[in-house]
Amino acid sequence: MDNQAQISAEIAELAAGDAGADVPQPRRDYPPYRSSRLRHPTRSMVRADPETVELWAPCFGHQDVDAAEADLTVQHPGEPIGERIVVAGRITDGDGRPVRRQLVEIWQANAGGRYAHQRDRHPAPLDPNFTGAGRCLTGDDGEYRFTTIKPGPYPWRNHRNAWRPAHVHFSLFGTDFTQRLVTQMYFPGDPLFALDPIFQSVTDPKARERLIAAYDHELTTPEWATGYRWDVVLTGGHRTPEVEP
Amino acid sequence: MTTPGQTVGPFFHFALPSGRGGELVPPGRGDAIRLHGHVYDGAGAPVPDALIELWQPGPDGRVARAAGSLRRDGWTFTGWGRAATDAAGHYSFSTLRPGATEPGRLPFFALVVFARGLTHRLFTRAYLPAGADQAGADQAGADPFLSRVEPGRRGTLIATPDEHGFVFDVRLQGENETVFLTFPGHGES
Repeated sequence: MDNQAQISAEIAELAAGDAGADVPQPRRDYPPYRSSRLRHPTRSMVRADPETVELWAPCFGHQDVDAAEADLTVQHPGEPIGERIVVAGRITDGDGRPVRRQLVEIWQANAGGRYAHQRDRHPAPLDPNFTGAGRCLTGDDGEYRFTTIKPGPYPWRNHRNAWRPAHVHFSLFGTDFTQRLVTQMYFPGDPLFALDPIFQSVTDPKARERLIAAYDHELTTPEWATGYRWDVVLTGGHRTPEVEP
Repeated sequence: MTTPGQTVGPFFHFALPSGRGGELVPPGRGDAIRLHGHVYDGAGAPVPDALIELWQPGPDGRVARAAGSLRRDGWTFTGWGRAATDAAGHYSFSTLRPGATEPGRLPFFALVVFARGLTHRLFTRAYLPAGADQAGADQAGADPFLSRVEPGRRGTLIATPDEHGFVFDVRLQGENETVFLTFPGHGES
């Protein structure tokens, strides 16, 4: 198995090759992330103009999402272990328009860095009071808000002594289908950033910054939870708003 | 500036697929069809930890505007579903046959593919083959988008009929690699 020095050298080489280039999204062909090697297309994407159905996104409503699902700390009889946090922000499209009443889903490891998933073999404790999945609908200004536990970093087998920086997975929909996004939110100042080939698959340092939440004392709740703000910008919508299909 | 994507990772199952996520209509209903297939990697091995999302119009070509995809009532067609691949890399949807949304275009299922090892989602389309009324019609002639796709790769966008509906395999890499799409504003190549 490769060691961190080998992976870090590959990360540095690919970063140098992309320096100054406009690459807003992660490279799909990113060899330091070993499991990408056989899973990235080698042919160019084919340009398409969105057709009618792609100019719309699926609708979600209150029958899909219970308001309590935005609080990941109240899903079990007891309090989960760890640092209680609020994560909140706004979802907008590339033109700055809020994405209203749309679904946001999150999932994450617990405070010890363990997922409530049968394939996670990391020998850290499961927390009987924390599952780590939540969802909400955005408000009229595109805003969302979750209460959860700060996830821990965890090891994986990309290379010897590989550790993922702490992160929360986010799944987002826009107002048209072509805006669909799945990504990860990170916490400021994580010492594992430089070492992680998934985070570094976004080779543009300015683009990587947009994956990192900001500590926000305005979101911090007295004697209850610290707060992080993370805004998401989807690609521009293609549809003239408010036209019925 | 746009927020970058990141891989869905290996541990999405407990959060993303809902119990009947792939059942846009209950399987076995009179007008239900199946859309299913495998996801393969560049070595031809099945991908057991991929997630496929489906978005489509109804048989009349209308885009559904009904909520309820996460908690289905069994009656409302929402046009959207998601299904994870199983240990054999197989996914399956129970749905309705999509209609054409515009005259002169072939109907298609719009798909998004996520997987561990895939750093950013992939868009594609599973077109219905030109129907009986167009027997022998060249697929390229049947749709202006398909006509622009390199002929040798066009077939990767066309679903194959089977007993209950259609088969659509996704090949992430290699021989017969699926045609994936980029839309204006995505900044991809």
